[in-house]
Amino acid sequence: MKTGKQEYNKMIEKASPNSSLIQNCIWAFVVGGSICMLGEALYNFYRNMNFVLSDARLLSSVTLVGLSALFTAKGWYGKIAKRAGAGTLVPITGFANAVVSPALEFNAEGFVTGVGAKMFIIAGPVIVYGVLASVVYGLVLFYIMPFLR
Amino acid sequence: MIYLKAFLVGGLICLVGQILIDLTKMTPARILVTFVMTGVLLSALGLWQPVVDFAGAGALVPIVGFGHTLAKGMEMAIAKEGFIGIFTGGFSACAGGIGASLIFAFIASILAKPKSQS
Repeated sequence: MKTGKQEYNKMIEKASPNSSLIQNCIWAFVVGGSICMLGEALYNFYRNMNFVLSDARLLSSVTLVGLSALFTAKGWYGKIAKRAGAGTLVPITGFANAVVSPALEFNAEGFVTGVGAKMFIIAGPVIVYGVLASVVYGLVLFYIMPFLR
Repeated sequence: MIYLKAFLVGGLICLVGQILIDLTKMTPARILVTFVMTGVLLSALGLWQPVVDFAGAGALVPIVGFGHTLAKGMEMAIAKEGFIGIFTGGFSACAGGIGASLIFAFIASILAKPKSQS
């Protein structure tokens, strides 16, 4: 996989005019659903190992991220993503793929300007606007909610 | 049963993403940003926790669940630390997922040859 963005854009171009929306949706549904089911299985696995609820959730996410990194490095994730579209983009594995792909692609440009600088080139906006949205919520919680109680 | 619920709910969320890709030509980056912010909003309104209770990983593994985690982390941080929580809540909540991504991406970039990517 070259970069996540280029690859997905190519995928969109390839997918939109020819193949049907319904077919894409079925792929996205089945693959995305399966990744979530795997997440639930990992969660139950860690629960059975006596981790507390929140730790089991975190560890299952970390495992999914690790698996996604492996699949991305091996080039498998890109192959699945060509068919599955949003099914591989929307789960946390898609986020991990968006971090690992540029890290691999810009490897040749060195550790600082390549891997370090480009790692969050796609996932960065998700972190920026996710955290900002949570800060807005935090401001509401801290300044407005006390007056409503 | 929880596996079926996780499959169905997680699949449905991905289906919404696919419809957005196909019908609106939104780029994947925009979809991720939209979904994570939607997750924060839905969680803040108290609408996402019931979905998590119903579908478990089906509601948490999609990036919308990442937004939910951010919102919950913010609630906890403010309850615990007050004003300072506004600054620390978001990042402390998402530290696990982002930390894991960063670590595995770095390891992968060391181990994989750049050529194998093309």
